[in-house]
Amino acid sequence: MLQSKQLTFSYNPQKQFVFPDITCEDGKSLLILGQSGKGKTTLLHLLALLLKPQSGQVWVNSREVAGFNPKQLAHIRAQHIGIIYQKAHFVTALSVLDNMLLSNYLADQQQDRDRAVQLAEQLGFSDHLSKKTNQLSQGEQQRVSIARALMNHPSVILADEPTSSLDDRNCDRVVALLKEHSSRIGASLVVVTHDQRLKDIFPDRVVL
Amino acid sequence: MNLLKISWSNLKDKKLNSFLSTLLLTLGIGIISLLLLLNKQLEEQFRRNLRGIDMVVGAKGSPLQLILSSVYQIDAPTGNIPLSEVEKLEQNPFVKSVIPLSIGDNFQGYRIIGTNAGYPEHFQAELNAGGLFEHSMETTIGYKVAEGTGLKIGDTFAGSHGLEAEGDEHGDHLYVVKGIFKPSDSVLDQLILTDLTSVWDLHASHGETEEHDEDEEHEHAAEKEVTSALISFRNPMAMMTLPRQVNENTKLQSALPSIEINRLIELMGVGIDTLRALAILIMLIAGISVFVSLYNSLKERKYEMALMLSMGATRSRLFFMLLFEGLLLSVIGFLAGISLSRLGLWLFSNTAERDFNYSFRNFSLLPEEIWLFVAALAIGVLAAALPSLGVYRLNISRTLAED
Repeated sequence: MLQSKQLTFSYNPQKQFVFPDITCEDGKSLLILGQSGKGKTTLLHLLALLLKPQSGQVWVNSREVAGFNPKQLAHIRAQHIGIIYQKAHFVTALSVLDNMLLSNYLADQQQDRDRAVQLAEQLGFSDHLSKKTNQLSQGEQQRVSIARALMNHPSVILADEPTSSLDDRNCDRVVALLKEHSSRIGASLVVVTHDQRLKDIFPDRVVL
Repeated sequence: MNLLKISWSNLKDKKLNSFLSTLLLTLGIGIISLLLLLNKQLEEQFRRNLRGIDMVVGAKGSPLQLILSSVYQIDAPTGNIPLSEVEKLEQNPFVKSVIPLSIGDNFQGYRIIGTNAGYPEHFQAELNAGGLFEHSMETTIGYKVAEGTGLKIGDTFAGSHGLEAEGDEHGDHLYVVKGIFKPSDSVLDQLILTDLTSVWDLHASHGETEEHDEDEEHEHAAEKEVTSALISFRNPMAMMTLPRQVNENTKLQSALPSIEINRLIELMGVGIDTLRALAILIMLIAGISVFVSLYNSLKERKYEMALMLSMGATRSRLFFMLLFEGLLLSVIGFLAGISLSRLGLWLFSNTAERDFNYSFRNFSLLPEEIWLFVAALAIGVLAAALPSLGVYRLNISRTLAED
């Protein structure tokens, strides 16, 4: 469950972002649509606790996180939030499997190899587990980053433009997988995008 | 998955950079370690063979040459001196013992030394088999000679004139092996010892078969010569007076091994110091190389760092991960350097063995090399820490948003 109220943020005094309130229940999904420059990524970073809002509150798993120190925030992020970025990024020196296990390791959780293999099978890249990430295609990379976000059973999954660099076929597939897997683990899924292709797939929408 | 594995994967991912840094460290550490090894073993060899010898007398010439030829058996002797002069020294109250040496022949490159029982006694040599030479043309041989030539007790062999294996053979007079010494870790191991009289008999009869007549041969026998004599003093005070006495009042030259060896080590010291400075410079460059390659790779990996931070890594954790990369390079460089220096020592020992019959076969770790390890780690840590501090200044959100 993810909730925010009266979030504002500014990079400089001339430009102030005021964001609409957001609520996303467990197992539900929410689409945040907006053109470039509307602060989509900023909002996502606020929700992901990567940025500190100027004012307003964020609840993750019904816990209000204002006043937490950076270490506690990092802990909550690692335990409860899975993030998928616009371009799939990885630790390039590591294999696909190790990149997934890294997510367990950095969150101080048991490294669950079985889950990684299982997710790889469900998301269709189980043949590539021992490859380096840059040997994979864009669509495959994005599926790996979804799997990575799911590794710690997060209660919130945030996706920043997950489909912008994908063709229609991969776009549909990635969104379907995102929805399927987040509802399977009962997580709230929040997708931030300008991609109009996603408009009809998500019943709950917020426009920036 | 742990920090060490990530560090190791990163090093493997940048093979050429890691290779260059490791190579430089290996070279620096290898050279310093080889110098330490050689220095220690040369000094050990020098000191071991020197024990108890306070002064060497021989024909006039270079004192260093006299020491090298008579004590270490590596240079050519300076010439011959009358035995009578040496015997006179024996009467001197300051002198404890005199060991005469006759150098000039060899067998397959192993020097044949005419001397008396005092020489093996001086090195506390023990017999492995057989006995000590007693009569003319009897020999007792060092263990390396036995190994190198295959000579056994009872075998006979002909010495060659000179100190090179290719000299003319004294074919008509054969030496016989009476005994073999146990390894003594001294110059004795590579020598063939025989009685002084063998050398005289051999060269006297040589004269006879050529053109000398009886009278001359008698005269020759009367004027017995040796190459040099090793002398130990009864009293350190003798050091002050005896060498000068010998140099001024006799036809002999005296040389003090301790002084000559210190001079030799000083001479070599210039070269060693230069090499050491060069090696330290190489190690510093290795440090810079680690610094530059980490600095560059960190710029490339800025997004990766931000990503790991967003996945819950603490900045200290990432800092240590990068530190490990420097440390790993240091450890690998150290191990490779130590191996390289052992390889160098082995090659050096092979050459020294072939040319001088000396070997340097102590490959164990020196205490100084522990410090070398500490220095290598310090270089690795320092070179890795400087660029890695950037992790503490990284802006996660901006880095993630930019790319």
